[in-house]
Amino acid sequence: MENEFFFNYDTMPDPMDRVDGKMKVTGAAKYASEHPVEDVHYGVLVGSTIARGVIKNIDTKAAERAPGVIGVLTYLNSPKVPGYDAGGNPVKGRTTGQPLRVFYDEVIYFNGQPIALVVADTFERAVHAASLVRTQYDAEKHSTDINANLDKAVYPRGRSNDYTRGNADAYKTAPVKIEAEYIVPVEVHLPMELHSIIAKWDAEDKVTVYDKTQGVKSTQRSIMQAFKLPEQNVQVYAPFVGGGFGSALRTWPHEIAALLGAKKTGKPVKLVLGRDQMFTMVGYRPYTIQKFGIGATADGKIIGMSHEAISQTSTYEEFTEGTVNMTRFLYDVPNVFTRYKIIPLDVSTPTWMRGPGEATGSFALESAIDELAYALNMDPLELRLKNYAETDPEKNRPFSSKFLKDAYQLGADKIGWYKRNRQPRSMQENGWLAGYGMSTGTFSASRGNASASARLSADGKLVIQSAVADSGPGTATVMTQIASETVGWPANKITFELGDSSLPPGPTQGGSTTTSTEGSAVHAVSVALQKKLGELAIKASPGFSNAKTEDLVFDNGKVILSTNKTTTVSFTDILKHNSLNQVEVTSDSKSLNDQKYSMYSFSVHFVKVLVNPLTGVVKVNRAVSVADAGRIVNEKTAASQIIGGVTGGIGMALMEEGILDNRYGRWINNNFADYHVPVSADVPDIDSLFVNKPDPIINPMGAKGMGEIALIGFAAAVTNAVYHATGKRIRSLPVTLDKLI
Amino acid sequence: MITFDYIKPSANKAAIDAIMKNQNAMFIAGGTNLVDLMKRGITTPEKLVDINNLPLKGVNKSNNILSIGALTLNSEVAEHETVVKQFPLLSMALKAGASPQIRNMATVGGNMMQRTRCPYFYDTSMPCNKRAPGTGCGALHGYNRMHAIFGMSEQCIAVHPSDMCVALVALDAVVTVSGPKGERKIPFASFHRLPGDHPEKDNTLEKGELITSVEIKENNFSKHAYYLKVRDRASYAFALVSVAAALDIQNNIIHDARLAMGGVAHKPWRLKAAENILKGKPATEASFRLAAQMAMQGAKAFEYNAFKLKLAPNSIIEALTLASKA
Ligand SMILES: Cc1cc2nc3c(=O)[nH]c(=O)nc-3n(C[C@H](O)[C@H](O)[C@H](O)COP(=O)(O)OP(=O)(O)OC[C@H]3O[C@@H](n4cnc5c(N)ncnc54)[C@H](O)[C@@H]3O)c2cc1C
Repeated sequence: MENEFFFNYDTMPDPMDRVDGKMKVTGAAKYASEHPVEDVHYGVLVGSTIARGVIKNIDTKAAERAPGVIGVLTYLNSPKVPGYDAGGNPVKGRTTGQPLRVFYDEVIYFNGQPIALVVADTFERAVHAASLVRTQYDAEKHSTDINANLDKAVYPRGRSNDYTRGNADAYKTAPVKIEAEYIVPVEVHLPMELHSIIAKWDAEDKVTVYDKTQGVKSTQRSIMQAFKLPEQNVQVYAPFVGGGFGSALRTWPHEIAALLGAKKTGKPVKLVLGRDQMFTMVGYRPYTIQKFGIGATADGKIIGMSHEAISQTSTYEEFTEGTVNMTRFLYDVPNVFTRYKIIPLDVSTPTWMRGPGEATGSFALESAIDELAYALNMDPLELRLKNYAETDPEKNRPFSSKFLKDAYQLGADKIGWYKRNRQPRSMQENGWLAGYGMSTGTFSASRGNASASARLSADGKLVIQSAVADSGPGTATVMTQIASETVGWPANKITFELGDSSLPPGPTQGGSTTTSTEGSAVHAVSVALQKKLGELAIKASPGFSNAKTEDLVFDNGKVILSTNKTTTVSFTDILKHNSLNQVEVTSDSKSLNDQKYSMYSFSVHFVKVLVNPLTGVVKVNRAVSVADAGRIVNEKTAASQIIGGVTGGIGMALMEEGILDNRYGRWINNNFADYHVPVSADVPDIDSLFVNKPDPIINPMGAKGMGEIALIGFAAAVTNAVYHATGKRIRSLPVTLDKLI
Repeated sequence: MITFDYIKPSANKAAIDAIMKNQNAMFIAGGTNLVDLMKRGITTPEKLVDINNLPLKGVNKSNNILSIGALTLNSEVAEHETVVKQFPLLSMALKAGASPQIRNMATVGGNMMQRTRCPYFYDTSMPCNKRAPGTGCGALHGYNRMHAIFGMSEQCIAVHPSDMCVALVALDAVVTVSGPKGERKIPFASFHRLPGDHPEKDNTLEKGELITSVEIKENNFSKHAYYLKVRDRASYAFALVSVAAALDIQNNIIHDARLAMGGVAHKPWRLKAAENILKGKPATEASFRLAAQMAMQGAKAFEYNAFKLKLAPNSIIEALTLASKA
């Protein structure tokens, strides 16, 4: 089995520059709303201003009469969405319930819910007309405050998900124990590119969309299901995606709204959400309260852990994530209990945000570990090593690969972990308190189904195609590299085409699986192309006529006969000998369902912070993040993942917090001036390190995922460092300065 | 669409006349604040009088007086050699504001006239007495983390967001305005006002009055000055609390002092009593603590901004310490 996974790491080229870097920095790259579409009109959504109730009256007359307006849609006049009436779930996903049906009826589920769409000939006219829509409501009492509704916490789908290994209460009887509550507030994805779509009906039953999506095939499927259309009648393009962090993983009401607007008016409709609408229409990381208990022997052997999470969801869907999962396997602990509950509130549905679940869960787990280490008077790294899980204690099986110890070592050395004074509040620099902290992160690694095609032309151009999206990690670059390496063909003659639903099906870009899943398909099609070229060489190339396929060797763009090494032919000559302009192959790569191994990526974060003793201002002064993500295909794009993850981690730790005024159920800081993300001045030099040892099981490249682990755990490293600096334990994110003075 | 007229006169009088002729006409300078407010439907002028052609640009010093034209860009003032050397407090405050891009558009007059950043002022579906008099104050019992601890009323607890103005009030600047009745000078401390029963009025400028320049007298504070801005991230965020501190120290004794705070009131908050306490005292932490204590008299907090009662005095101590060491 392993042999099938031949991939020559040693000849991997130096980190390649991004194939689309120049297009991105020069503006040549076209994002969803930038595609030129003739006669395009502009859609602007009107949001509700109450959080719960019904629309009593919606007056669109003034909007309809406003200059340039060609249509105003509400639940009263919108075209029907056949998939809605079927009562099913036209936008499938792991989220269960009834996704919000836009313009379906008068019911209001959250403040900011889209209730009308204005379509006009210019954006400005549409914005103005949208401001003229007048709505009267029968408002009902709403609840948006998770803390005021703790009694309403339920198990998702009404079924217990409690996990118990050994004795759930074991930690309570341990000689040293910690019990604490940790809070992660709402965080909003806020990619730079606003969610956008251009929807154009080519015929009554045929539609083309340019969309911001992390999955062209999943968006295609959603539209097919919503409008009951066959696959070939739904064309989705997303050649460039300006970030997502998970917000573009599912199809949202605004996308259906644009399709309805285009249907109703007969014109292509471009719809770009406002920044404020990014807070209500495309998900967010849910507010989560976590209770953690942990106990150990005096010498640091953890006896038991208990991790309970309560998170929020909407009233119409149950969003769940793996908040408590890593507690079950990250450390070798005999007694573990986890529980996960949700509270439905009058808010929009949350969704996966970078490091979904684990980013939240790791804050509790990795803070509690740190608290325990101080209670034991033990180095936090030593405590982690003492309870290191060599095999997966949850599933009782080996890891496909785990080099977390190497990662700990690399990071500790780089930041000078052992040179610090371990005593809290013992270090100072220029009048600021200094502190060091660390944490661990993990996220599942996997391989799903994907297909790709490869087309080699007589002029030597090789085009690889697959319907995958690239929301920024550098997918096209990495796939070009994998194809180049596997086929033995120069990267500058290869183009990787993506972001088009008519291409062979590729995965949705989420959960750190693209390199593994898509890379496996590219690897498979590269091998298939070689095989095909070998067959063609035998068919028509001089000296190969009696060769057997097993005698063929592929090297550097040539086929070589292993029985007579002087007999060689270049790939392009093979095409000539066969009088072919091009040769094309398509391959499927199947998902890996190996029950023998547990597959995870791991990360380690070390940070140094400075805290002003008077003002409480916290500066992350150094960050060292180490990834055990298998073989690193491209150290440049991988380092960019870490830089992005650490930057997001600084945001999560120190400043990001969506604030709702519960009196209205309305966001208070729904703009980039008030919702703070780190600016350059908040981000220190980041050391990105890689263990860079291949995983022998997961895929031919030996590459696990990078995206999530770059963020997971980071916030705890910061709060742990803040504790070391100040002696103050902050258990509620973000660590704004008011919590430290 | 909400249409509006636009003119760009090149004489002060023409600009002032244009404003006097239309109840809903407004000056526009860099546009970094006004255009945002127009886009959100918070301010809806019928006529914009673009003042960028008026002769109000430049920084000059003569007879011990620094004069800054109202149209001088925030970035130009911040980098001006005389300002950097002789009025470093002003330079520091300007550099702490907004972002380089915004400072390259923003003018001194516009900065003084910028409106509050209270979220209830910005969301037209929420109550706000400043935006829509009589609708109530959304912040009073709402999310008021950024809000005032001094000088507020039941009607309004918003703060003035400017950094530059905190330095200017500390430096006893004087505002020159030109209006239909001619020219007048307004001491900086009287330019902005407290909300009282009329929070819709941010300042004491009368209809048609145009800010033409701001003047600062030469002083002995250039050696020991510091503008401390405490905020939620290192740049591009409004102050939770800011402190303009300037000391005239001779033989380690504070001969004279200037102290003002931002982010704490409806106007830049001058701390005269605290200044007086410092005079004649040694430049030590003990003196700074006394001043901080004095500065906080009469402070009052709300649900989410109670931390300012501690952050403000701590910031004063930090700013005075940094100024004394500067
Ligand atoms: C994202 C963002 C962040 C910011 N952060 C900060 C910050 O941290 N600190 C800070 O201090 N500021 C900050 N600002 C505000 C910025 O300083 C102001 O927007 C700017 O100074 C306004 O100047 P302007 O010339 O663009 O004014 P305009 O927008 O043109 O005008 C503003 C107002 O001033 C009036 N006006 C202009 N000139 C005159 C004049 N000569 N006489 C009479 N009236 C006049 C106009 O009629 C209008 O009402 C920020 C702004 C933004 C957009």
